[in-house]
Amino acid sequence: MTIFEAILLTIVTASTPLLIAALGELVTERAGVLNLGVEGMMAMGAACSFAAAVSFDSTLLGVAAGILAGAFMAALFALVVLGFAANQVGSGLALTIFGLGLSGLIGAPFVGARRDPIPHVDVPILSDIPYIGRLFFEQDLFVYASFALTILIAVYLTRTRSGLTLRSIGENHTSANALGLPVLRTRFLAILFGGACAGLAGAYLALVYTRFWSPGMTAGRGWIALALVVFAAWRPGWLLIGAYIFGAATVLQLHAQAAQFGVPSQVLSAVPYLATIIALLLLSLRHGRAIGAPGSLGTPFVPDR
Amino acid sequence: MFSCKLFGAVAGVAVAALSATGALAQAKDKIKVGFIYVGPVGDHGWSYQHDQGRQAIEKAFPGKVTTTFVESVPEADSERAIEQLARTGHDLIFTTSFGFMEPTLKVAKKYPNIKFEHATGFKRAPNLATYAAKFHEGRYIIGQIAGKMTKSNTIGYVGAFPIPEVIAGINAFYLGAQSVNPDVKIKIVFANTWYDPAKEGDAAKALLDQGVDMLAQHTDSPAPIQAAEARGKFGFGQASDMERFAPKAQLTAIVDNWNDYYVERTKAVLDGTWKSQDVWGGIDSHMVVMSPYKNMPDDVKKLAQETEAAIKAGTLNPFKCPVIGQDGKEIECKGNGALSDEQVLGMNFYVKGIEDKIPQ
Repeated sequence: MTIFEAILLTIVTASTPLLIAALGELVTERAGVLNLGVEGMMAMGAACSFAAAVSFDSTLLGVAAGILAGAFMAALFALVVLGFAANQVGSGLALTIFGLGLSGLIGAPFVGARRDPIPHVDVPILSDIPYIGRLFFEQDLFVYASFALTILIAVYLTRTRSGLTLRSIGENHTSANALGLPVLRTRFLAILFGGACAGLAGAYLALVYTRFWSPGMTAGRGWIALALVVFAAWRPGWLLIGAYIFGAATVLQLHAQAAQFGVPSQVLSAVPYLATIIALLLLSLRHGRAIGAPGSLGTPFVPDR
Repeated sequence: MFSCKLFGAVAGVAVAALSATGALAQAKDKIKVGFIYVGPVGDHGWSYQHDQGRQAIEKAFPGKVTTTFVESVPEADSERAIEQLARTGHDLIFTTSFGFMEPTLKVAKKYPNIKFEHATGFKRAPNLATYAAKFHEGRYIIGQIAGKMTKSNTIGYVGAFPIPEVIAGINAFYLGAQSVNPDVKIKIVFANTWYDPAKEGDAAKALLDQGVDMLAQHTDSPAPIQAAEARGKFGFGQASDMERFAPKAQLTAIVDNWNDYYVERTKAVLDGTWKSQDVWGGIDSHMVVMSPYKNMPDDVKKLAQETEAAIKAGTLNPFKCPVIGQDGKEIECKGNGALSDEQVLGMNFYVKGIEDKIPQ
């Protein structure tokens, strides 16, 4: 393996959890719900996936537990913001704090346990393409899932009736309701999906990225995922680009330090944030029109009685 | 019982007399000790070891001392947490990160009757003591091991931030390596975080990708040493014994041992003999402990043990003069045959042989 390939591989690992978590949040926000609890749901996904994987010695069960844990947290959030029409910003922040705390409690017996790496799956023929072949087609299943998810969500949002319904509810829930669209049901499912993705991202973090559990190991990745959604202007394709630019800049700045380029490490540490913001800004400028947030984002919906 | 009461009465009079002059020394039956941690107790590093010290207190004074802790306290927001402990009847409060220095000082001034202890800082007050450990002593030993064992002749170091404490560690590590392998090279990466397992692991991978085969770390999670294990290379545990994360890769670990100090200071408060002071303990005072030397040839192990013994006996100082700076000039020797404590605590230069620059 050349150093070039080694760097690319690390970039994929660094970008995947951000991409998965951000995709889930994108769908939630497109339905008009702002869930700031990504960090908490991700931490829960990491803790529960690791606990299950160690207890049953099964990565598959671990992943399932991670997804369920994320969805469970999201269901609590949905109950509060949909059922009681509570403030979404406050509830989301509470979810993050709650998730970080609860994950610490659940994970406590598993601190110090470790898992072996999960196998990589080669895609025949495609993995023989020079450079990008090994990068994108000799990965673990999570990476393939993240690519598939990006495409599926893009198709779902733009090409399906149900996706259109979800978007229209996000843009204007009063009109959507007047048209007889199921606002609360759609939002509930979108929130659950967001939670499941955050849980999956957490599972990736604990089972593949670090292969151990320790409290607070998400270390702000949920917040970065949230920011990516905004900078990608709620577009799955741009989200993919944004996540990879962020991951690449994170990894490359570490390599730049090791190679002694002489640029202060503090500056290099800021590069991922700057690069992502600039890249996505340029992208949205090129498209010529401002793409705003979904119209009803963050507004509670109370059906008429 | 009677004598006890009598003693109490006498003590009470004594206290009344003393407090009039402002010097309040009072023996106590029951005290509350509080801790502020910068990370989670489950980090298996820095905060975990401080919590081991807290548990040692509970064991040492059953029924007499109750302890509480607040974990994952952000440095910028620590004043509230410290004040909370001060308000809830704690007699002794340990704040265990450099970044807690100003907030601790501020709260200490507000509550003159409560004793404070701040780790790794340099600001003191009549009711605020400081303590730290000479981890660079351990880093010199692991430097020697790395210098002996490296095959690629390139050793790596994952640092948290370019602050004096970390810089001194890097220098001690490199000086140790150089002492047994004069032309060894070092590569340094700062993660710019104390605790982000994934990022620390990425930093370690970057170093390993660039040809490093010995990895030292000054960040708090076991991710770097685990990365070394995954690549079949070697590393050193940080703050606590990380053997279970890297049974094949861990050569030894520099273990922070606060237990003895915490028990001693708690006893001082119980006895009424607590005084503000500045303690900087090393291998000799058991604040720095090397975990068993493993996965290395016998001659390297022997060398490490001899170096450890020499440091303990005081015959070897990692920063013995002359210390040569990067520019080839000798650093002024302000201590007794070695750099002074102040010079080590405020270290802002790399020694000769390190090709990198300190990020400014």
